[in-house]
Amino acid sequence: MALVEAEELLKRFGSLVAVDRISFQVREGECYGFLGPNGAGKTTTMRMVCCTARPTAGSLRVFGLDVRRHGRAIKRQLGVVHQSVTLDDALTVRENLVVYGRYFDLSWAEARRRADELLAFAELEARADERVSKLSGGMQRRLMIARALMANPRLLVLDEPTTGLDPQARHAVWDRLRQLKRGGVTQILTTHYMEEAEHLCDRVAIVDHGRIVAEGPPRELVERYVGREVVELQVAADGAPAWAVAEQAAGLAEGFEVAGDRVFLHTRDGEELVHRVRALRLPVEAVVLRRATLEDVFLRLTGRRLRE
Amino acid sequence: MMDFSPVGAFRFWQRNLLIFRKTFPFTVPENFLEPVVYLLALGLGLGAYLREIQGLPYVAFVATGLAASAAMFGATFECTYNAYVQFYYDRSYDAIVTTPLSAEDVAVGEVLWGATRSVIYGTAFLLVVALFGVARSLWALALPGVFFLGGVVFSTVALAFTAVTPSIDLFPYYFSLWITPMFMFSGIFFPLDALPGWVQTAAWFTPLYHVVRATRALAFGTPVAAVPEVVWLAAVAVVLLPVPAVLLRRRLVQ
Repeated sequence: MALVEAEELLKRFGSLVAVDRISFQVREGECYGFLGPNGAGKTTTMRMVCCTARPTAGSLRVFGLDVRRHGRAIKRQLGVVHQSVTLDDALTVRENLVVYGRYFDLSWAEARRRADELLAFAELEARADERVSKLSGGMQRRLMIARALMANPRLLVLDEPTTGLDPQARHAVWDRLRQLKRGGVTQILTTHYMEEAEHLCDRVAIVDHGRIVAEGPPRELVERYVGREVVELQVAADGAPAWAVAEQAAGLAEGFEVAGDRVFLHTRDGEELVHRVRALRLPVEAVVLRRATLEDVFLRLTGRRLRE
Repeated sequence: MMDFSPVGAFRFWQRNLLIFRKTFPFTVPENFLEPVVYLLALGLGLGAYLREIQGLPYVAFVATGLAASAAMFGATFECTYNAYVQFYYDRSYDAIVTTPLSAEDVAVGEVLWGATRSVIYGTAFLLVVALFGVARSLWALALPGVFFLGGVVFSTVALAFTAVTPSIDLFPYYFSLWITPMFMFSGIFFPLDALPGWVQTAAWFTPLYHVVRATRALAFGTPVAAVPEVVWLAAVAVVLLPVPAVLLRRRLVQ
């Protein structure tokens, strides 16, 4: 069954179209990701799912309920991790959890018991009685995830859950999210990190300018639009422009893209391609073979890189 | 379309109470000192020359007025600076509206909490000044109710301002153009009888004037005089309460 069902969903702010008639479904038990640059409409889509932005047109159902009419009932079964830190600074780590549980009508005793469980889950037991401003960014994010889980949500909504975190803290967050997915918690997340989408998501929607430009399991999208491998050519600063180099090499590859002073050649057999490119003696400084990623898909579909 | 739940508003009120319980050793004295300074300066200083006003010792006259203003400041600081910081900097409101609570619940809960602070500050001040022979009637026991009603009005106006203000820098204007004139012209320090008629009319339209009059009426045992004041406060509270709810919804729900 689909927990979230959007059809021709549109959100306009004045003359700006933030979300442009998108349709998607999030199935029970999966992790569904929105991957796209800032300003693509990801956060607005999340806000509509959380019933804090009203759709301009189209339909959006969460748990089978219309977001326009059943906000309170939907929010009761939702766990939300916001993009910015939204913790109560005057309260301790544990109090943040307990108070949040009360919003969902948990009894004080139940909220305290659940808070203890989640403090263990987030590995914050030792910091339970400190004010949240004393925590590192990674710990605050883990606390926000723990807080979202207070009322055992059916759907966890995460808006850029690791933006601004260092790699170690990011991995700690990813571990928690994978653990939750194994436990059967359906997740919907936004990100502009392709590694994050590849690591966590069963399916991703690649979004740009408010539209979904491609959708599917990450590896499948990569296979479909790019292939298995990419040979990256760094064009020499004093040589021919990148597009000229690309024209010469294009015949060897299955597809190519140009971004700045680099050429990306798509292929199924990278090593063979590297040999043939070298044989051409093109004016390049470096030839690098790597696995194709969602970033290449994005570049292929939009002509731009995810993060410039 | 309004979406309000009394339970939701109560949950938000409870949250604020929990935060208050942790911070009151710092915040209460600070809110308390100012009216005490006024009382000492005017009640004792000016009171040395001006023994009686309207048949009351001057210090008792000023002390009852200042209890009413303590209630006003308690609600006003809560629903301006405190609310603004949580709203714009901590972003706690953004988090709360994704729980079962609605923007309307948050607005009403915040107003009720502001009114609760009015009760706390007004009553605490009154207990201290009881030493000055201020509370002469058992009717004074009804004063927390007056502070609460007045607190709802003060909070509603303040939260409506907070919901529309584009910047924290505008709060000084809220105080210098609204709170301070009310503080000076609500009959706290002197009766308004000697002032031009239009000043008295203007004062009638402000809440503090009515809280001051109701406070004196109950403290000095003339409860019937408090009735029109209480009716004024209750009517205005009921009419204004939806305003910050609508404005806050506009800010929190796009």
